[in-house]
Amino acid sequence: MTAKLKKERNKILIAAVVFFALIILEHLGVFPRIFKSRPLALGLYLIPYLICGLPVIKKAFLGIKNRQPFDESFLMVVATVGALVTGENSEAAAVMLFYQVGEWFQSYAVGKSRQSITDLMDLAPDYAHVERGDQSIETVDPDDVKVGEVLVIKPGEKIPIDGTVLQGDSMVNTAALTGEAVPRSVHVGDAVVSGCVNGEGLLKIRADKEFEDSTVSRILELVEEASEKKSHTENFITRFARVYTPAVVLTAVALALLGGILTGQWMSWIYRACTFLVISCPCAMVISVPLAFFGGIGAAGRDGVLVKGSNYMELLARLDTVVSDKTGTLTEGSFEVREVLPAPGIERREVLGKAALAEGMSTHPIAASIRRELKNEDPDAQIGTALLSDTDIISGQGLIAHADGHKLCIGNARMMEAKGIPYIPASDRAATVSYVAEDGKFLGAILIRDQVKDEAGQVIASLKKQGIRSFVMLTGDRKEAAEAVGRDLGVDAVYADLLPQDKVSKVENLLIETHREDKRYLAFIGDGMNDAPVLMQSDVGIAMGSLGSDAAIEAADVVIMDDDLKRIPAVIRIAQKTVGIARQNIWFALLVKLLILVLGALGIANMWAAVFADVGVAVLCILNSMRLLLKKRYD
Amino acid sequence: MKKKFKCEIDCANCAAKVEDAIKKMDGVIDAKVNFMMQKYTLEADEARFDEILKESVLVGRKIEPGFSVEL
Repeated sequence: MTAKLKKERNKILIAAVVFFALIILEHLGVFPRIFKSRPLALGLYLIPYLICGLPVIKKAFLGIKNRQPFDESFLMVVATVGALVTGENSEAAAVMLFYQVGEWFQSYAVGKSRQSITDLMDLAPDYAHVERGDQSIETVDPDDVKVGEVLVIKPGEKIPIDGTVLQGDSMVNTAALTGEAVPRSVHVGDAVVSGCVNGEGLLKIRADKEFEDSTVSRILELVEEASEKKSHTENFITRFARVYTPAVVLTAVALALLGGILTGQWMSWIYRACTFLVISCPCAMVISVPLAFFGGIGAAGRDGVLVKGSNYMELLARLDTVVSDKTGTLTEGSFEVREVLPAPGIERREVLGKAALAEGMSTHPIAASIRRELKNEDPDAQIGTALLSDTDIISGQGLIAHADGHKLCIGNARMMEAKGIPYIPASDRAATVSYVAEDGKFLGAILIRDQVKDEAGQVIASLKKQGIRSFVMLTGDRKEAAEAVGRDLGVDAVYADLLPQDKVSKVENLLIETHREDKRYLAFIGDGMNDAPVLMQSDVGIAMGSLGSDAAIEAADVVIMDDDLKRIPAVIRIAQKTVGIARQNIWFALLVKLLILVLGALGIANMWAAVFADVGVAVLCILNSMRLLLKKRYD
Repeated sequence: MKKKFKCEIDCANCAAKVEDAIKKMDGVIDAKVNFMMQKYTLEADEARFDEILKESVLVGRKIEPGFSVEL
């Protein structure tokens, strides 16, 4: 609690004590003479009224001076003065008192949720240790570190700036950025990202960026800006408030005049008009709706998901189609040897060895995966590239290599058929199959496949449950392989053999299709490196595994810091909850206010009910909005 | 030059009012008062930045006495 809030609280408490003392005295009838005299009673109730209401009165005059009279302070003053004039002294003081209680609680609640969000986005480092030429260490503001300077990071300290490890080994904790609890190990030459917390080892890093351009600064900036990109709901509330307040005020005036003229009971109608003014403030919605979105963005941030604006929260809650890249997003993105199928009488080791030899000069990912597999199986294996005399690459088939007097063929089925080598076809359609033959004799087949991420199928299933109608997979990969993966995962449509520009036009078509129905949106999930145009083009661009990738953070609307697909259904759940809470608040506030307005006009609801419709509803809506921050994790 | 400061502002509406007034000041390129984050961002003429900054706080206070900036 800030000093300002404490002061306010004390004022309200004193006013409350005085007020209740007066009420009790009046009702006990101890001093009937005092309370029967109107000027004396008025004077007494003015004490608590002024103790807490003075700032409101000041603000009301300020509003008039600045030519913006229709603000809530002004309305409160008019309403309470009206009540005082009609002789409802205690009610006037009560309205002012509870109005201030409500205002205080709003500040407190907003401060509290702001605190919990800044706590969980507690990334910003306070200092950096710079090593100077003479080995001395100077502690400076991270802002003052220049590119190329050497920083010393002690165990347990935050890494202040993006850099490269020069010396030391350690485990760094990325939890604050990614929500991922398992630390990453870093060694000399590895890049480290600011905002991570160093583990047990002492690290020396070279600053690669200025503080301003480092990951931490950029993320904090995005979070700050996120609350400025307003959602439809927030804009609606702002527009609504602009109409609502003047409308209620005019109705109040009309009510007082008409009622007074028709019935002649001026006091009673002025009192009814004053209850209207108390309800005329739209604060409950004006504060609680942005607070709900703010809380949603904060809750997502805690899960390592950066949502770059309230508007995207709203779109996420109404997704219809999710389009995803395959390689690197739904799959691990690395080619691995999954299976070796030797021909009868041949050793597995020999197939791998000959294949590695034939591919010895190749930099193709398949060649690399074969070499890796050989090393895994036998760390001492020598590929013996020196034996290679010449290699011919046959486009669309494979390659032929001559080594040590033997002719090695490695390639697809077409190659085996072209060379007339009898081979045993492998049946796995998802894999890329390399057949290996030596001097026309079939040795075996090697199956290489990009592994589907463990959680992918489950994530697609939970997206479906969340109301996503179609999950589409796009890939530059072969049709057969793509369709096999698609079937495994339960994808609705697969578009394969796409060049980058094809992806853009495909997503364009899907967007048109999705938008055919109102309030239906499309999200694209990609790795952020190659998919920037598509990320920007879709309604919501979701970038995966973006820690340390500026391009991805720039292009995407929703940034998932680590590689975990499960964060996507989690952030959609947060978004749906956020939008739901915002909607509850709007309806609840509107209905209660409308009800009290009608009852007030009929003379059934008094000013106490009006205070509840104003302050009570605001407090309840704010509490409702804060629910989002209560839950620890959304998995 | 663009700089960020911590600030105190009581409500979203007040923040918008203060922001509008500061934006209209001479020498101010852009200004932002972020209620949720309680941050004040001022982009102004480099040569007169400090002067404009002080003046902008005064302008803001005139409209909203609850506005204060940690310089």
